Amino acid sequence: MRAQIEGSQAVAEAVVLCRPEVIAAYPISPQTHIVERLSRMVKQGDAGRCQYLNVESEFGALSVLIGASAAGARTYTATTSQGLLFMAEAVYNAAGLGLPIVMTIANRAVGAPINIWNDHSDSMALRDAGWIQLYAETGQEAADLHIQAFRLAEELSCPVMVCMDGYILTHAYEPIDLPDQASVDAFLPPFSPVQVLDPNDPISIGAMVGPEAFTEVKYLAHQQHLRALTLVPDIADSFEQQFHRGSGGLYRAYRMADADTVVIALGSVIGTIKDAVDELRDEGIAAGCVKIGCYRPFPTMQLRTALKGVSRVIVVEKDLAVGIGGIVSADVRMALNGLPIPVHTIIAGLGGRSIPAESLKQMVRDARAERLSEPYFLDLNMRAVDEELARRHEQRRAGPLAEQLIRTMNAIGSKVS
Amino acid sequence: MTTQRIKFYQTGTYTAGNRLLDDEARTVQSRLDRTNSLNSGHRACQGCGEALGARYAIDAAMRASNNQLIAINATGCLEVFSSPYPESAWQIPWMHSLFGNAPAVASGVAAALRAKGRDDVKVIAQGGDGATVDIGFGCLSGMFERNDDVLYLCYDNEAYMNTGVQRSGATPPFARTNTTQAVGKAPGNLVGTGKNVPRIAMAHGIPYVATASVADLHDLEAKVTIAMGMSGARYIHLHVPCPLGWGSDPAHTMKVARMAVESGLFPLFEARSGAVVDRTKIRRKVPVERYLELQTRFSHLFKPSRNDEAIAAVQAIADENIAMYGLLEDSNL
Repeated sequence: MRAQIEGSQAVAEAVVLCRPEVIAAYPISPQTHIVERLSRMVKQGDAGRCQYLNVESEFGALSVLIGASAAGARTYTATTSQGLLFMAEAVYNAAGLGLPIVMTIANRAVGAPINIWNDHSDSMALRDAGWIQLYAETGQEAADLHIQAFRLAEELSCPVMVCMDGYILTHAYEPIDLPDQASVDAFLPPFSPVQVLDPNDPISIGAMVGPEAFTEVKYLAHQQHLRALTLVPDIADSFEQQFHRGSGGLYRAYRMADADTVVIALGSVIGTIKDAVDELRDEGIAAGCVKIGCYRPFPTMQLRTALKGVSRVIVVEKDLAVGIGGIVSADVRMALNGLPIPVHTIIAGLGGRSIPAESLKQMVRDARAERLSEPYFLDLNMRAVDEELARRHEQRRAGPLAEQLIRTMNAIGSKVS
Repeated sequence: MTTQRIKFYQTGTYTAGNRLLDDEARTVQSRLDRTNSLNSGHRACQGCGEALGARYAIDAAMRASNNQLIAINATGCLEVFSSPYPESAWQIPWMHSLFGNAPAVASGVAAALRAKGRDDVKVIAQGGDGATVDIGFGCLSGMFERNDDVLYLCYDNEAYMNTGVQRSGATPPFARTNTTQAVGKAPGNLVGTGKNVPRIAMAHGIPYVATASVADLHDLEAKVTIAMGMSGARYIHLHVPCPLGWGSDPAHTMKVARMAVESGLFPLFEARSGAVVDRTKIRRKVPVERYLELQTRFSHLFKPSRNDEAIAAVQAIADENIAMYGLLEDSNL
């Protein structure tokens, strides 16, 4: 049924349609609307015998799901930012144990300085934990990806993160089509675990593995992810056939047929990028766009094929690997290894900084004129940075950086006005 | 007809002999149909109190649950010595996830069973004192306050033994560990530190809290059986000597455990819904010295010169316990 609905509500509805059996969560903005809705649905009996646990931390939340999943239950949680980092040890553990847990990441910056707004620092920090990572472009896709995620996770016995931009997608109202129960049941078979804690068939799970087999265990985890490179598009195709809507997949191309300058990104910023591409096309610039929908496993060969023959690639990423620059762009460079295609790293949208189409268009023009520094920080207030650096140069005891910088920026702002 | 409760120790030793008991009153461990849940062949040290305690506790839990039991294990000695890949000493469904999350994992198993309508299967979680009182304490408290249907067993050997004997929040005053060494002006662990987790468990108001010791295995089995007959969050804190970490003779594990109980340093009691309802009376009180002198972790209290002040401080702790729990009285608690 199509309705004007908040992204978080749609995700909660989609999760319940997947018939979860155990949900455990700890509140953190901007994930709260999802878990509030779920707790209500469970409590009023809309989710069968599903159990909802209010736990003492994110580490506790995922740990509860590790136990529940090993006992054969379909499990779900949602978190973001500090919460994801707080559960980091369990994130690796769930993947290592091969438990098909589905978790929403309501993408948010990681402090300090504390910041509740959107970027991808959180999920990027856990990108190599062994979870499959899917990134949603819209509220509709976020809802759809959850239905696909349970099928993907359970088929591979591998946990899946569905990443959706905090506030931008979690709190935005848009028309979203939620499927009915019968069609979700037809798409998603009941959970049939490959390992289960059962008194009638006792097994030990979580043994210590030494140097003699650890490499092999990790190799098999890698192979499992490579299987997902086939399964993710298969499941997206199957979803499209059943629900008549394209959602998910490894990547999606936009106006790529004759593109020479291609912008790559993840998540909701794709909408703005498409607008910028359209306007650049009107200027006569052959721009195109590629959305990475599945970041782990990384579709290396698929992107190489899709990008072959373009003149340049610009990766717009909402994260920063301090000390080197880009995270996604490093992977894109690897995909293009040996091809004569320059890859630019654009750090944008950190801590909720808006990414205007105008800035993106100028970025493309600058890239074509080879005027971009590497990495390039989109819409960086260089004057504030320079003033703060000068102040710090003069004074050893310059005080806490973030607080001083805000003061400096306010001072600049007041000077302008 | 008058009846007399069976008195143990009537053989003149401190052995609680099964031979003197009616068949029904004998330990689970003495029965032919015991489950050997933690099977022989594991890699625990000689004289390991934890292996002994776990064997009795889990077999008793199996019997009480009609063999429908799932066990969750924190990282630690018990986990490592029982499950070196590709071998496992566990004859029951068993999972190890992390050091600090065993209570939460067990809560998850219990939630899954509830979702599936399986009220016939019971869940236990177990860990050492480090996993319980320190790193897993948040998850433990969460499991308690939600009253999740889990029995948690803490095997307290009073330090991080698996990593090579470092101080935990359960390490007693003056004890030498590798992070509270017997050097400086106040050798060993500091006085006035540490936490009493059985009391903290009681403060959650959970249905059942008990302390137990491998010195009294009948009592341990009885408490596990009582706990398994209840639902909600239950906690048993079990004192288990560690010959390696305590510097005691592996042949003296039972003796060391008994001295802890008989001195009053480790009081045995049961509490229901936050109130102490029973305690095990000390049969023949011993001074704490008898306990301390068996362990090289306290040897700096005796050599090069006797530290009367420190020994008196430990005695004061024991005396406080004796007074608090009425360990010498014929009281009707």
